[in-house]
Amino acid sequence: MTTMKYVDEFRNPELIRKISEEIHRHVDPDYHYRFMEVCGGHTFSIFRFGLQNLLPENIELVHGPGCPVCILPMGRMDNGLSIAKQQDVIFTAFGDVMRVPGKHGTPLELKAKGADIRMVYSPLDALNIAMKNPDRQVVLFAIGFETTAPSTALTLMRARELDVPNFSVFSNHVLIIPAMQAILDSPDMRIDGFIGPGHVSSVIGARPYESIAKKYQKPIIISGFEPLDLLQSILMLVKQMREGRFEVENQYSRVVPYEGNMSALDVMKEVFEVRSLFEWRGLGAIQQSALKLRPEFAKWDAEVRFQVEGARVSDPQMAPCGQVLKGILKPHQCQLFGKECTPEHPVGALMVSSEGACAAYYHYVHLQEAVGE
Amino acid sequence: MKTAKVNFTDSYIELAHGAGGKASRRLIEGLLVPYMMGDKPAELNDAAYVEANGSRLAFTADSFVVNPLVFPGGSIGELAVNGTINDLAMGGAKPLALVTTLIIEAGLATSELEREVAAIAKAAQRVGVPVVGGDTKVVEHGKADGLYITTAGIGLTDPRVSLSSRNVQPGDHVILSGAIGDHGITVLLARGELDLEADLTSDTRAVWPFVSALIEAAAPGLRWLRDPTRGGVATALNELARDAQVAVILDEEAIPVRPAVRGACEILGLDPLHIANEGQFLAVISPEYADIALKTLKSMPGGENAKCIGEIQAEPKKAVLARSQYGGTRLIDMLIGDPLPRIC
Amino acid sequence: MCLAIPGQIVEMLDGDRHYAVVNVCGVRRKINIDLLKNEHLLLGDWVLIHVGFAMSKISEEQANEQLNLLSMLNESDEAIEEVQGYQFDNEKV
Repeated sequence: MTTMKYVDEFRNPELIRKISEEIHRHVDPDYHYRFMEVCGGHTFSIFRFGLQNLLPENIELVHGPGCPVCILPMGRMDNGLSIAKQQDVIFTAFGDVMRVPGKHGTPLELKAKGADIRMVYSPLDALNIAMKNPDRQVVLFAIGFETTAPSTALTLMRARELDVPNFSVFSNHVLIIPAMQAILDSPDMRIDGFIGPGHVSSVIGARPYESIAKKYQKPIIISGFEPLDLLQSILMLVKQMREGRFEVENQYSRVVPYEGNMSALDVMKEVFEVRSLFEWRGLGAIQQSALKLRPEFAKWDAEVRFQVEGARVSDPQMAPCGQVLKGILKPHQCQLFGKECTPEHPVGALMVSSEGACAAYYHYVHLQEAVGE
Repeated sequence: MKTAKVNFTDSYIELAHGAGGKASRRLIEGLLVPYMMGDKPAELNDAAYVEANGSRLAFTADSFVVNPLVFPGGSIGELAVNGTINDLAMGGAKPLALVTTLIIEAGLATSELEREVAAIAKAAQRVGVPVVGGDTKVVEHGKADGLYITTAGIGLTDPRVSLSSRNVQPGDHVILSGAIGDHGITVLLARGELDLEADLTSDTRAVWPFVSALIEAAAPGLRWLRDPTRGGVATALNELARDAQVAVILDEEAIPVRPAVRGACEILGLDPLHIANEGQFLAVISPEYADIALKTLKSMPGGENAKCIGEIQAEPKKAVLARSQYGGTRLIDMLIGDPLPRIC
Repeated sequence: MCLAIPGQIVEMLDGDRHYAVVNVCGVRRKINIDLLKNEHLLLGDWVLIHVGFAMSKISEEQANEQLNLLSMLNESDEAIEEVQGYQFDNEKV
């Protein structure tokens, strides 16, 4: 393999072994640790690199809600897809969304039946499609936490600057802090500490976590995504607990500045305002937890342009995705897991995204069976 | 006539059913095989075998749809020849002759058609296999992405080799002919939708010369061959693990991947093991012949990057696992649907 | 939750100050750099790329510091204490 700077150094096998040993040396063998990795990117890395194998048995990693696809309620998918079905519409979305089931199927299925649904890599690509197709309505189905929201915001500012009338955004952007609070406020929840989101924090910085660490007395380590980053973060959590501290620490200092990215926060503020209430799949309605376009941008707001009603479709009743999302149930404890619900035919969104706890677990459980553990 | 035992419940055919992964397999095994082969299907390989007058012939057909028709390092016409020759080669057969069918969209420029016909002729000439016939159809504008090509091929199997997943044994070595992912990533970038640029070319080529050399050098040790096209190396090896009831254990660091393929995969969140190849093959070879096989491949122009990438184990059955240097293990799954770029 | 990867700036586009060309292992893409307009990006800088935008400038100094620290683990008792010293510089607050 070719080397990649800032990636491969952080996969150094010798250092990985070293930190793993260090974690083993520092844990309290009589305590069962429950750490939540908030971000789906971390979940993906943990499974991708088989990191659970390198941890003591009494450290349990609980997979959190930081997967924008996983928490998207089915009603929002249905709203989006109802727009996609309209005659003159080009519906654009990230590849991640293409396999998420709505009530009447996934975007891919709809595309196979003839809808003009296109995958984009960047929100700006959607704007370009709009400029090249002035006689069509081009809608971007936007998802993502604070990492992605600034990019959507800049794209909207660009649309205004260039006056592109046939472009609009269906915003499903969500905020991480309210979700963490919702999890901590749920009574059946026991988390000892958080592996905090890395890329979200490059935008929002560290300050927003401090009140959580203080109020709930939980250590939070903002972490990178490579094996060394994650293991170091776990070591830092173990150390804080041993020393009785609950502070926000930054393991990912090569990317995350304390104050975040002011330019990104500014463009978000210019384009978006906070919704009073937003439905999260699994977690229910959370106050002040999502972003919608400001009235100044109503012209480019797909919810306004297509008069989207707040369709609330509850998630499949059989699927207790919320309990899995909060870490109360392990994915394989769900009745549908691996039977009705598989990565190929997902019932719940946690099975769709490669970041989803269920999809990750599906592979992991098979692995366990495979290696006979 | 007996009713076919159909086991396919999807209501519609989607793109995923043609992507070479799990859905394709479901369609073939659940709907096509029950009708066409009945209760006792033959082993599903790249080429089928037909006995005629004491000779064992390999027989195959492959259809080619690609957007764009021309991409760095190749075009649909070249693919249509190499792909079919490779299917024959994977059956251990020396290609004898090809027939091609062209489905042309009305409105295609003659110059484009001529370019592809010339590409077919040139590619066939390069491996010394004649195109002996074909057919031409023209469909309405808007119905065939310019040009679809189907190529059928016939070849003569070498009596010295017996290739089947049933022959695969624990301890066998898995050899890969060269760097993976070049074709899939080249075509993805050539579509221009992602705005990514790289100096990459498709790996399309006929691999028969390599297989022929392997037969000469290591025929008794040759157990199984497969070209990892759609679905990539991960899908091909999962099929092997399933069919042979073995485990394939990969040394992930040994798998050759060009920098630009890796870069594009990192940017798009794809796994090189799921990306299509059009000029590589996987060979399972018994341990006593593994060294000579690898040496043979590496000594040939275009075979320099051949590598031993793993081995067959008895357990855990039906699984493909990758082990890392520090002791992490991950399960390599088949491709589900088409590889989709992701941002999360 | 957000796939972001490091790339190196190989071209600043004079004609369009919103964009730069980055290189990731030989793959090039034009990316928007408006989110880092206060960072005064230069040719050769490394940035983190997400959905076609540069999100963050990567600090080589911080990266090296982390790797040095981790390589001293097990060898020096001070290293493990330093891991805690990784906290934010509170003076900035």
